[in-house]
Amino acid sequence: MTETKGCKGYLDEQFVQLEELQDDTNPNFVEEVATLFYRDSARLLAVIEQTMVRNPQDFTKLDNYMHQFKGSCSSIGAKKVKAECTQFREYCKAGSSDGCMRTFQQLKREYSTLKKQLEAYFQLARQVGPRESATRPR
Amino acid sequence: MKFGGGAAGSMSLPGSSVARQKDGAADAVSDQFPAGLRVLVVDDDPTCLTILDKMLRTCRYEVTKCNRAEVALSLLRENKNGYDVVISDVHMPDMDGFKLLEHIGLEMDLPVIMMSADDSKNVVMKGVTHGACDYLIKPVRIEALKNIWQHVVRKKKNGWKELEQPGRLDDGDRQQKQEDLDNLSPSNEGSWKTSKRKGEEDEGEEKDDMATLKKPRVVWSAELHQQFVVAVNQLGIDKAVPKKILELMNVTGLTRENVASHLQKYRLYLRRLSGVSQHQGGLNNSFLGPQETSFGMMPSLGGIDLRTLTVAGQLPAQTLASYQASGLTRAALKPSIAMPFVDQRDSLSIEIPKLKFGEGQKQQQQLSTTNTKHINLLQGIPMTMEQKQLVSFQQSPQLSGTLNNLHGGGQNSSLLRQMVQPQSQGEMLNESIGGQMSLIQSSIGQPIPRNRVSNSDYSVNHMADLPHNGFPLSSTPVITPLSSKGFKQEGISSDMQGEKVFAQSYDVFDNLHQHKTQNWQLQNAALNYGAASRYPTTSLGNAVNVSPSVLVHQAFSLANHKNGHNGDCHVGKTISFAGAEEQFGGTTNIDRNANCLLTNIPSRVKVERVQEMSSRTNLFSDHFGHDDLMSALLKQQEDLGQVESEFDFDGYTMDNIPV
Repeated sequence: MTETKGCKGYLDEQFVQLEELQDDTNPNFVEEVATLFYRDSARLLAVIEQTMVRNPQDFTKLDNYMHQFKGSCSSIGAKKVKAECTQFREYCKAGSSDGCMRTFQQLKREYSTLKKQLEAYFQLARQVGPRESATRPR
Repeated sequence: MKFGGGAAGSMSLPGSSVARQKDGAADAVSDQFPAGLRVLVVDDDPTCLTILDKMLRTCRYEVTKCNRAEVALSLLRENKNGYDVVISDVHMPDMDGFKLLEHIGLEMDLPVIMMSADDSKNVVMKGVTHGACDYLIKPVRIEALKNIWQHVVRKKKNGWKELEQPGRLDDGDRQQKQEDLDNLSPSNEGSWKTSKRKGEEDEGEEKDDMATLKKPRVVWSAELHQQFVVAVNQLGIDKAVPKKILELMNVTGLTRENVASHLQKYRLYLRRLSGVSQHQGGLNNSFLGPQETSFGMMPSLGGIDLRTLTVAGQLPAQTLASYQASGLTRAALKPSIAMPFVDQRDSLSIEIPKLKFGEGQKQQQQLSTTNTKHINLLQGIPMTMEQKQLVSFQQSPQLSGTLNNLHGGGQNSSLLRQMVQPQSQGEMLNESIGGQMSLIQSSIGQPIPRNRVSNSDYSVNHMADLPHNGFPLSSTPVITPLSSKGFKQEGISSDMQGEKVFAQSYDVFDNLHQHKTQNWQLQNAALNYGAASRYPTTSLGNAVNVSPSVLVHQAFSLANHKNGHNGDCHVGKTISFAGAEEQFGGTTNIDRNANCLLTNIPSRVKVERVQEMSSRTNLFSDHFGHDDLMSALLKQQEDLGQVESEFDFDGYTMDNIPV
C-alpha cells in the first residue's frame, strides 16, 4: 500500500512500520489503528473547526489542537495531511486567520481522500488476505 | 516481518512469564532481559497509544497503557516496584508531561522517556532539564523503542554506584540511614528497593529491605545537606563542581559521586523553584524563572518563595540569580533577609498567602490573580518582610494563634500569620489569613493545598493536610513552620538522606496530594515560597537559608507525598526541608523536616528569623526563641494529625492542619 500510496505521497514510512507490526496475533492491526485514528481525529477536527468559527484569532489554541492532530497523523503515516498540519501551524504563528482557514479546508480534503484510500485498501486486503496484502516482500 | 528477528529467535519466553513477575526472581528477569521489561506508556492520543503498545509488545516488553497522566501516577504509586520505565507524551490535556516527569522522578525515581511530535530544541532541552532520560520524536519507530532498556540498566547502575560508594557515610550514619530508610515512606522505600534490587539482580540478591542493603546509600541528612548547600553557595551555584564541593564539605566517607548526584538533584530543584516563580504571573515577574509546570500552581508563590528565600538570605544570591532571571534575582540580590523581597514586592508576603493553592493548576491563574489581589491588600500592610517583621513574628505569637484559628489546627497558620504579617499582624491575619494563609500554606510547601486554593485554605493546614484543608495558613508562606512541621514531625532528624531527602519531600507532596498534582505544585510552590517568603518576612534571614531549591524540594516532596492526602502537611515538609536543610541554619530544618512541617513551620520561621539561619541550627530550636511557637505549632500539628512520615521525615505529616 505504501508503495502505491507512497508514490502519491499520501502515506509515508510510518505506515510501513504499522504494516510490519501486523502479524498473526493482530491480523487487522493496521485497519484497527486507522479506524481509531479516524474516529479520534474526527473529534479533534470538529473542535478545531468550531474554534475557527468562534475564535478564529485564538491562534494559540488552534496551534495546540493542530499539534495534537499532527501527532496523530504522523503516527499513522498520513504524509499529506501532516504537511497540511504544518502549514496550518505556520499560519497560526503568522496570525493569519485566512491562511488558517484556507489550509484547513485543504487539510480536510486531504484527510477525506486518505480515508477513502485506506478504506479501499483495507477492503482489498481483506479480500486478498491479510498477510499478502499487508506485508511487503522482505 | 517481525522485527528483531534475532531477538525473537533466541528468546523463547514470550516475555509474559518469569520476566514479568514484578518481584519475581531477579535471575529470571535478567535472563530474559530486556524482554519482560515493564513499561508504562502514557499518551492521550489513542492512535499513538495503540501503536506504541503494539510496538512495545513486539519488543517483548510488558506494557501497560494509560491515557491520562493522573491515572499513570496513581498506577505508579500503587505499585512502586511495578514498572521499570515510563514513556510519556509531552502534551497531555490533564497534566503536562514534564510535570509528570518530575513527579515520577521525585517519587519513584524511574527512568522516564519523553516523546512528542515537537522536535524543537527548547522542548527537548526542557526534557533534559526535567530529568528525562531520553526524548523521542514522533512518530516513534520501533527501533527507537527496542533500546529503551538501556535507560533502565543505566539508572540501576548509577544507583548501585552510589550504594557502593566506599567512603559513604560512616557506620553511624549508615545506620541512621537505614533507620531512616525504615521510616521512609513506602514509596521511597519502594523505589529504593527497586533500584537496589535491580542493582543486585545479577548478584542474585533478593529484594532485601533497606536495612540489609549491602551497599548503603548515602543519606543526605539535614546536616549533611546543610554542609552541601553551604559549600555550593560558597563556590557559587554555577561554579560548584562536585570535587570542590566535596573538598569544602570535608565529610569522611562521602564520595565525589555522591555529591555529584546530589548536586544534580539540587540543581533540578532550584530550577524548579525558579520555574515556579515564573508562573506566578500575579506575583512577581521577577520570579519568572523557567516556567515549570509543576510549579505552575505556585506561580504566585513561586515567585515569592524564591524571593523570600533569597531574602532570607538563605538563598545564596548567586543561586537565586542564576535561577531566576527576573524575580529571584531581586531577592537574591538582597542577601539580607530582611526581605529584599519585601521591598521589591510588598506583596511578597501577601502574595504568598494569596497563593491559595488549593485549586490546583487551574487555580494557578486564579492564584496569581488572587495573589495579586492579596498583594494589594497586603500592600497596605507594610509587608516588609524585613526583619522587623520577622521579629514581629517572633514576638507576636498572636499570629500563631490566629493562624491556628484559621486553619483549625493549623498551628502553622498562626505562625504563618505571624510570619507573614509581621507588620500588620492584625490586619494581615485577617486578610492574609485567608489569603495569606493560603499563601503561606502554599508556601509552606503545601503544594497540595492547591485544591484548597481558597485563601483560607491555605492555611497551614495545607501543609498538613493538603487535601484542601484550607489552611488559612496555607497561603501564607509561613511555610517555614510548615516545613518544619513536616519535617519535624517525623522527627526525621538528619536523616534526610541527601538524595532521599528530596525524594522524600517529593513523596510528601505526593502523599499530600495524590490527586492533585496541581495542588502539589501549588503546594510545592507554596511551600517553597512560603518558606522562602516566610523567611524574609520574619526576618528569618536564617530561615531563608534554605536555598529556595531546597525549599522547593522540600515542598515538592511534601506535596508529592501528600498528594494522597492532599493537604497533608507534607507540603509543609517539603518546604521545611528546603528551608531546613539549607537555610535553617542548618540542620534544624532538615532534621525536623519530617517533623512538623506544618507545625514547625511556624516555629521554623521563627527560628529562622531569629537567627540568621545560622547554619545548622535548628531553626526551630531556640534560635528564634520561638520555641514556644514551635511547640504551639507542634501541638497543633499533633492535632492536625497526620504527619505523614512517609518519607523519612516523620515529621512530614505535617498533619493536615485541620482547617
